[in-house]
Amino acid sequence: MNQPNQPNSATDEKWQLRLYVAGQTPKSVTAFANLKKLCEEHLQGQYHIEIVDLLQHPELAKQDQILAIPTLVRRLPPPLRQIIGDLSNREKVLVGLDLRPLDEE
Amino acid sequence: MIQLDSSMQFHPTQLIKCPTGIQGLDEITEGGLPQGRPTLICGSAGCGKTLLGMEFLVRGATQYGEPGVFISFEETVEELTQNVASLGWDLNQLIAEKKIEIDCFYIDPTEIQETGEYDLEGIFIRLGNAIDSIGAKRVVLDTIEVLFYGLSNVAIVRAELRRLFRWLKTKGVTAIITGERGESSLTRQGLEEYVSDCVIRLDQRTHDELSTRRLQIVKYRGSHHGSNEYPFLIDKDGLSVLPITSVGLNHEISIDRIPSGIPRLDTMLGGQGFFRGSSILVTGMAGTGKSTIAAHFAASTCQRGERCLYIAFEEAPQQILRNMRSVGLDLAPYIQQDLLHIQALRPTIQSLEMHLVQIHRWLNTFQPTAVVIDPISNLTSSGSLLQTKSFFARLIDSLKAQQITVLMTNLIAAGMPLEHTEIGISSLMDTWLEVRTIEGNGERNRLLQLLKSRGMSHSNQVREFRLTSQGVDLIDVYLGQNQVLTGTARTIQEAADEQARLQRQQQAAARRRELEQQRQITQAQLAALQIQIEAENVEIEHLLQEESLYEAGVLQDRETIAQLRQADQP
Repeated sequence: MNQPNQPNSATDEKWQLRLYVAGQTPKSVTAFANLKKLCEEHLQGQYHIEIVDLLQHPELAKQDQILAIPTLVRRLPPPLRQIIGDLSNREKVLVGLDLRPLDEE
Repeated sequence: MIQLDSSMQFHPTQLIKCPTGIQGLDEITEGGLPQGRPTLICGSAGCGKTLLGMEFLVRGATQYGEPGVFISFEETVEELTQNVASLGWDLNQLIAEKKIEIDCFYIDPTEIQETGEYDLEGIFIRLGNAIDSIGAKRVVLDTIEVLFYGLSNVAIVRAELRRLFRWLKTKGVTAIITGERGESSLTRQGLEEYVSDCVIRLDQRTHDELSTRRLQIVKYRGSHHGSNEYPFLIDKDGLSVLPITSVGLNHEISIDRIPSGIPRLDTMLGGQGFFRGSSILVTGMAGTGKSTIAAHFAASTCQRGERCLYIAFEEAPQQILRNMRSVGLDLAPYIQQDLLHIQALRPTIQSLEMHLVQIHRWLNTFQPTAVVIDPISNLTSSGSLLQTKSFFARLIDSLKAQQITVLMTNLIAAGMPLEHTEIGISSLMDTWLEVRTIEGNGERNRLLQLLKSRGMSHSNQVREFRLTSQGVDLIDVYLGQNQVLTGTARTIQEAADEQARLQRQQQAAARRRELEQQRQITQAQLAALQIQIEAENVEIEHLLQEESLYEAGVLQDRETIAQLRQADQP
């Protein structure tokens, strides 16, 4: 369930993202694809995506306050941010992840 | 058609019900909530939705062996635990025993960004996991419409809710879904669309500064249910709904008699006292001794080892004890023996409906065989005439149905006609005692009278009612010279009567002596006359002898003369 990314230095992974799904649903697959693409464009080498399948770990849903599927949680950097949906609206995902400033860089 | 009918008989409307364990609610739903289906509880904020849901789970877990899951969208576990701790429910303990599982959904729209399609599978997973972890049979979702405020895609929320309620049915759990009351609809978000098996509405209304909570079953598919608005109460034992609304007259009637606690009063009541399960009204003006009669009745109930509930609307329990000690009645031992419960409260503290629920609750927990309400007059201040009438009708009805004897006192204002009771409840009463004071000779005295007593021969006499340090005493009043006298007047009149009697006695004696003398004189006269008669008799005798001698002499003389003349023999 670990789907990392870039062979770059681990210390650069300041973006820890977790995508909660429930089985291989079309929405989950789309969400992951959208996320992957977006991260590659904006956070290359600085992110780590973890996929949590709640069907296998249902207790995590309560623990991490998951309501909707799919849900993307930005665990790091703080504060915690939640983005729900298939991440098809690129603009909103960027706002949700607070990636605006980075974009301007 | 006939076949159809018979097949319908074979298939009765056996909707399995899930008892809530909430006092009264199971009665009006005729068994509980529909088992395995969701029930919607709607109402405005603070009307007890969450508590009803929680009690449903706690009672289920503790009384019916059905574990339950509480899904909260508004409060945290800590808040919920604290809120119900005052009701004596230890949620932490129940959670530790795996009887209850609580999951709190925290939804903050500012922290959630929505991008594209999603579903609410998270709720299903969490709920399903919670249900499976403790084998839950009951579920409460409180208040799920928060989702509408937390999530912007209403279409998704609606679709998911529909799916959720369907899914709950397949899980076979009995669910309660709470919803905030809407302006024109039952719930703001129209949850009633999805949950259509059973809808219960809670309401809190304030009238004349007194608030009354009410519960109504708006809908119950496939089942009979009471359709009225039922008042309910939230107190330290949880929720309690008052199921009585109608006046029925088909309760069991007892011929068993119970003493009134005042022996002489029992004598007036055909010698045996009140009927068990009857209603007794004691009316009178202030200070006529109504409470004392009530306390004696309570004491006599306790003496038999039965429980008595004393509802005091005027005095504090300690005050009642002190006052009764002054007439030689000590109620304290009965309280210690748990036979007597004195519940003192102000009538104005809550509405009549609430009083009714409260009394109902006391009856259920204490199980008395007699109830004293002292006085009922103050209750009228918390409701209209109609409400008061309905209150008493329902109260007396429920007491009679349980064979509980009730004694109520009623204060009448001075100047009112004797038979007037302002709330017009006298017709509901089986026995009516009137205590009256009469003023005269600079004092007030009490009179007791039986105005009616159904089903027994009873005294029509007025009795003087005295409160002494040895207790209550009923004595005959002075009846004579066309007036009724009591107190000192009676004593004075009795003394005067005695004197008159003595006088009459003396007069009679003198007269007797006089007559005796007269008789003796007459007798003497009689004797004298007798003597006279005898003397006269002798005289007559004497005269007769003389006469015959003379006659004999004359004849002899004639013969002698004839011989001498030698006259021829005739």
